[in-house]
Amino acid sequence: MAGMAFISPAFIILFVFLIVPMIAALYFSLTNWNGVTPLTRSDAYEFVGLENYQRLLLQSGTRQEAFFTSLKNTVYFVLGVVPVQTLLAMSLAVLVNQRWLKGKGFFRTTFYFPSISSSVVISLIFMWMFNSDGIVNQGIRSIFPAYQSVTWLSDSNGILHNLLGLFGVTRDSLGEFGRTEIASISIWDWLSGPSVTMLTIMILNTWTTIGTLMVVFLAALQNIPAQVYEAAYVDGATTMQIFRKITVPLLRPTTFFVVTLGLIGTFQVFDQIYVISSGGPADTTLTIAYLVYRSGFKDQRMGIAAATAIVLFLIIFVFTLIQRRITGGDRAA
Amino acid sequence: MAAEALPRLGEVSPVVRLVRRLVPYVGYTLLITAALSQIVPFVLTVANSFKCLPAVSAAPIAFLPTPPFFVECQADGVTRSASETTSGITFNPALEGYQSVFEANLGRWLFNTAFIALAIMLLRLLFDSLAGYALARIRFPGNRIIFTIILGTMMIPGVVLLIPRFIILKQLGMLNAYSGIIIPLMADAFGIFLMKQFFESIPNEIEEAGQVDGANRFIMFFRIILPMATPALTALAIFSFQGAWNNFLDVLIVLGGNQDLWTLPLGLSFLRGGSGRTLIWNEFLAGSVITTLPMAIIFFAFQRYFVEGVNYSGLAGQ
Repeated sequence: MAGMAFISPAFIILFVFLIVPMIAALYFSLTNWNGVTPLTRSDAYEFVGLENYQRLLLQSGTRQEAFFTSLKNTVYFVLGVVPVQTLLAMSLAVLVNQRWLKGKGFFRTTFYFPSISSSVVISLIFMWMFNSDGIVNQGIRSIFPAYQSVTWLSDSNGILHNLLGLFGVTRDSLGEFGRTEIASISIWDWLSGPSVTMLTIMILNTWTTIGTLMVVFLAALQNIPAQVYEAAYVDGATTMQIFRKITVPLLRPTTFFVVTLGLIGTFQVFDQIYVISSGGPADTTLTIAYLVYRSGFKDQRMGIAAATAIVLFLIIFVFTLIQRRITGGDRAA
Repeated sequence: MAAEALPRLGEVSPVVRLVRRLVPYVGYTLLITAALSQIVPFVLTVANSFKCLPAVSAAPIAFLPTPPFFVECQADGVTRSASETTSGITFNPALEGYQSVFEANLGRWLFNTAFIALAIMLLRLLFDSLAGYALARIRFPGNRIIFTIILGTMMIPGVVLLIPRFIILKQLGMLNAYSGIIIPLMADAFGIFLMKQFFESIPNEIEEAGQVDGANRFIMFFRIILPMATPALTALAIFSFQGAWNNFLDVLIVLGGNQDLWTLPLGLSFLRGGSGRTLIWNEFLAGSVITTLPMAIIFFAFQRYFVEGVNYSGLAGQ
């Protein structure tokens, strides 16, 4: 009985505020509740079955357009941030772990520091630095006087769109094909890449997280026994061979963990979007998490919002499984 | 084997040897560049939070404070231009930003943040360690199932809980109240996991000795076991405090409707330009400094535990 007494306070909290809400999310995703009408009233909501899911995923219209816009933006965000931050964090950790390096503690502290700060603070600092006459633009202009200021925080053009534009390829070059809509979004828009503003937020996110991830990699590296390296060195392995044949495979469980953390975190990106762009300009930074918030609390559509959240949950789940395959996380444990 | 390999090392060509020689220099350059990119934004934030408004836009890179200190930003009703308070990389510090952010009610936000973060931290220390101990040391029916469920909750993305948690808190009448943010966060799966790992590392004999003395399990837990757990409790305290201090999403949903209960991140996001406010750079840079400072102090005082906690979370993922 002592066991129950010890565990029940924590378990009740987790049950009421994590497990019950998960079930409630599923339930409300099947209703059309607006979030305002008190639930005690009999006409507060109707049970609409899978209609919310249908309007998000299948039925062309504004809901579908919003959802697939947010999906496109979020996937660009995730695929841009996760590989870059993982590789950077791993490289930094390998560098900091070198025997010839002095001041390991200093570097570890410095890289970790940004992650102790609030996401809102980091977002505000970036807004200040990247504003159109901010320090970033001033810095670039002092090096390249001909530089035309980029409005980092309000440029809705996709970066691939801009890149192709340099080669004279535009929205019209693809003719009808580019304008063909898949899930209420034109093919050109699907392929135009994250917007400049989204790119800025991606840089912000990478900048904040590499420190924590570096510390995780560093801990794993320090757990590799020195004898392993000595043996390889004695056998005449080159530095590159040691890195590829020893370090990377031994880091596999850590890499799996870092990528999983990265996926779960980036798929839910919200704070930075809320503070910096509120989904704009032109919905190019509208992420799924922000759409959940907007549908629920701005448009007063709790049913749709709950359905969006459930779809996000499934997407994260599937991506985690796929990456388990790719990084070999299933073999690592 | 070794005898065969060693001469080969000697045969390395001069080019390879040169490259090897250069590796540390390249490494240091890369690391120092990366380190600067992480430090400089914070240095500039602190410097600019102490500038008069025109100077923030016109001379953002001035980072060296020089006397006269604490200049007035208004002289005879006229705002002083950037060139009057900065030159090159030096600037005369002013308190305009700090005055303005305190007028925007920062004192209240600071109190709310500290109160909420401390409450969540203390309650987690208690409930997470109780639960962690039960899972590590006490055999009771359902032990394993409960542990699996608790681990499973770690996989639920916070955003999914946004809507239903709002609904539940609304039903319970806990929206826009301290209780609405503190109670749902006063136990967490990661903390339970961390404490369980720690208690499993304590030798069994200690409890057996306690049982011989006939001590009650609760008394034994609080008198003997918990004091031994100080390192794990410190790591948990830091992580809980940091998470609660910086929390934005939950606070936005639960406390957004009551300005008196706003925390620092929520208040700062309001300064950002909500409700028709224009951006006043030095004001929100000052707010950012005040929000970060307590965490920075804790970080430098307890650095070791931050790193340990990260390693524990690495363990949780495997």
